[in-house]
Amino acid sequence: MALLDIKGVTRRFGEFTAVDNVSLSVEAGEFFTLLGPSGCGKTTLLRMIAGFDLPDAGSVLLDGEDLAHRPPEARPVRTVFQSYALFPHMTVEGNVAFPLQMAKVPPRDRPQRIAAALEDVRLTGYDKRFPHELSGGQKQRVAVARALVTHPAVLLLDEPLAALDAKLREELQIELINLQKEVGIAFVYVTHDQTEALALSHRIAVMNHGRVEQLDVPSRIYGFPNSRFVADFIGQCNLYSGQVVARDGTIVAIDVPSLGPVRVATRSEPALGSSGTIALRPEQIRIAAGAPADAPGNHYRGTVADLLYMGDVTVYKVETSGGSRIEALLANSQGGGAKFFEVGDQVEMSWPVDAGHFIAG
Amino acid sequence: MVSGPPLAFLLVFFAAPTLIMVLASFRSPGEFGGLAPLVDASGRIDLNVDGYARLVTEPVFAQVFVKSAGYAALTTLVCLLLGYPLATLIARSAKKHRDLLLLLVILPFWSNFLIRIYAWMIILGPNAALARLVNRALAAFGADPVPLLFSAFAVLVCLVYVSLPFMVLPLYANLEKHDRTLLDAAQDLGANAWQRFWRITFPLSLPGVYAGAALVFIPALGVFAIPDILGGPDDTLIGNLIKQQFLETRDWPFGSVLSIVLTAAALALAGGATWVARRSGGASRA
Amino acid sequence: MRKSDPWLRASALVAYAFLYVPLAIVVVYSFNDSRLNAEWVGFTLDWYRKLAGDGAMIAAAGNSLVIGISASVVSTVLGTMAGVAMHRYRLRVLPLLILAPIAIPEILTGVSLLIFFVMLNVTLGLVSVAIAHITFCIGFVAIVVRARLAGMDETLTEAARDCGASPWNAFRYVTLPLIMPGVIAGALMAFTLSIDDFVITFFTAGAGTITLPLQIYSMIKISVTPEVNAVSTLLMLLTLVLIIAAARISPTLLRSTQESTS
Repeated sequence: MALLDIKGVTRRFGEFTAVDNVSLSVEAGEFFTLLGPSGCGKTTLLRMIAGFDLPDAGSVLLDGEDLAHRPPEARPVRTVFQSYALFPHMTVEGNVAFPLQMAKVPPRDRPQRIAAALEDVRLTGYDKRFPHELSGGQKQRVAVARALVTHPAVLLLDEPLAALDAKLREELQIELINLQKEVGIAFVYVTHDQTEALALSHRIAVMNHGRVEQLDVPSRIYGFPNSRFVADFIGQCNLYSGQVVARDGTIVAIDVPSLGPVRVATRSEPALGSSGTIALRPEQIRIAAGAPADAPGNHYRGTVADLLYMGDVTVYKVETSGGSRIEALLANSQGGGAKFFEVGDQVEMSWPVDAGHFIAG
Repeated sequence: MVSGPPLAFLLVFFAAPTLIMVLASFRSPGEFGGLAPLVDASGRIDLNVDGYARLVTEPVFAQVFVKSAGYAALTTLVCLLLGYPLATLIARSAKKHRDLLLLLVILPFWSNFLIRIYAWMIILGPNAALARLVNRALAAFGADPVPLLFSAFAVLVCLVYVSLPFMVLPLYANLEKHDRTLLDAAQDLGANAWQRFWRITFPLSLPGVYAGAALVFIPALGVFAIPDILGGPDDTLIGNLIKQQFLETRDWPFGSVLSIVLTAAALALAGGATWVARRSGGASRA
Repeated sequence: MRKSDPWLRASALVAYAFLYVPLAIVVVYSFNDSRLNAEWVGFTLDWYRKLAGDGAMIAAAGNSLVIGISASVVSTVLGTMAGVAMHRYRLRVLPLLILAPIAIPEILTGVSLLIFFVMLNVTLGLVSVAIAHITFCIGFVAIVVRARLAGMDETLTEAARDCGASPWNAFRYVTLPLIMPGVIAGALMAFTLSIDDFVITFFTAGAGTITLPLQIYSMIKISVTPEVNAVSTLLMLLTLVLIIAAARISPTLLRSTQESTS
């Protein structure tokens, strides 16, 4: 039995269905992420786990117990809010002591537990500070310490790093991974940032329009997206749709308008004439000035139409003779980090059949 | 749940008394003041519209209403003329000075109402410098001396005095939101200062003008302490009439009739001002 | 700066003078060694001394204080509840009942309560006046408290619940301390309004109970005397101190006074 079970949960606001028949389970000790664009229902789902909102249908079970009749304060889950929601009239110590006080932990046991929680988030010595005297990152850590001090069964984190700048965010991501490993509490993490989700999670549920589109480990979410939405939302992706025109063992050819047949390896066995999409990551495309020496599964010629030089890599948008656009990414690996091609250059693009990923429909 | 106690309190001590007053306006006055029994000696329920009929048949009451409305209108006009420049100045002053300038407008509103009336008793008193100055000037032109105190003039000056903050605050709230680049644009298009005011600022400030007018006019309509203390025998307004009915002639039903008509007038004016302000507000946004 | 500015400044100066000169005259003449409030004769504290020996005035001040304290305590509790209720729920009736006593002419509240109390055989006195004051003070407290709540981060209450606090504890330990400046400012406003009220008190006090404004009224109906200047000066000083204290405690006060008038 899983630690946290979401069973057929639906939540409607008037005509709008925010969460639509979602079922998933979170295991003990897992770092689980709800990922999706804003309005996909991830925060509503989190609020229903915390108890701030109730499902219209379905149930939320913790250790097999239905939480429907438990108000937020009676649920063994804690939330780290996006705004941190630190009590401005209390010190760091007061904030972290608050859940202990509410749980009626004897006053003599509190200092030691507060100290331990602050040590966990590396904030020892900050206990007498007020929230307005802390930096964004420090506030975030206090919020985590406050949520962890009573050792909840599940910690809910609602975009906890969204308000921080990129550099600090990366630092805190590593801290969160280590902290989660250390305390062993299941984390349910909500974010709209796909790189953050990929970096942190054991498993990711990608949500869209209130539904879970795909639930899997990060590498499979990235490498084997099961829908156009997931492929497009997670990282950059070339998406080519068309009809299945040939099948030879595990290799399928799809006739993509304005590009021609594209070959891809797949274990699914789509019928001839059915439609499908190939998802192809830009970094999997070989781009070169001359024709490839080997005989790759796919090979096209085109002209560089646009490019984005990013220092470490360059993104090339190449237009084929048929008018199709292919996005390819190439590390600027030559000395001096200069890009290899300029706009207007003729280039040859190729990729093996197992580079792309076939999505039926 | 949390709304229960305040709701209960106001239902009992505000809504119920108001309803009782409405009911009282249809009853008969008691022999020794107050109200006659609701069920009279013959077992008949005694409800009538005599009080309302009196309002129509005895023109003196209509005259008092008209006079009160006149005083209130004049007060509103003077407040507008005095308040507009003041509100404009505050709205145009530097942000750090605004709160102080605004506080200076609000403070007198928080000082005791009677003290503010009393101050004018002193200023307008027969021995005070102002009265002597005025009467010396009148004497120079061969006119008879006039009393300043206990006159319509005293009532109006004091009405303006106590009402001014209520005109300035909504006007300021409106003027403060004006986009100054509109005036620059108008100037750029060749409008002089006067044209800029009449064609841009004033039309845009109309919602504030209506709000301020309602806030000045309505309380001025129901005032009784000012004419009671500063007015002469001719300065009887609705408020004084109501006070007389309740505390002197003790004709409660008629006092209630007057109160209800006053309330109805106040609510109609407030509603009307809100409606007009919203319409003109919408027009100025469009 | 624009050309119209000197005119603007001059007329605004006239308006400010109009607002403050009368009050200044009251204060100045309270130190004037003359029975007539007509011209400056010399400095004296006689009128304050006379005030200190005026039994009726001191009794009236005592009544005002008792009414002011009880009215402000009750209206602060009820007004805070109303403010919280209006912030949390979309209510229809309560906001109407809260604002109506402020919006309609005072005399109407006074006379309707007079009928009400007499019909219920309630003896007019301290209690009836205090109740009357509470009816219009609740609104002012509620407006200030709601303004304060509107400026508060809603997730703080959720965070308190999340930390294991019951709704009551969340209010007690988080919401209430955070809106306290608004509550105190509201209480000070209510006290000031009660101490200063004349019209509603006039109708609900009955014959035996005299408050400070009623005492001033009966004195100035007879004649102008500098003793009234003295008591007025003290009363203005008290009001000024209370209002400035309230404004310092709650910067939203200024804005909410505006809100209540527009």
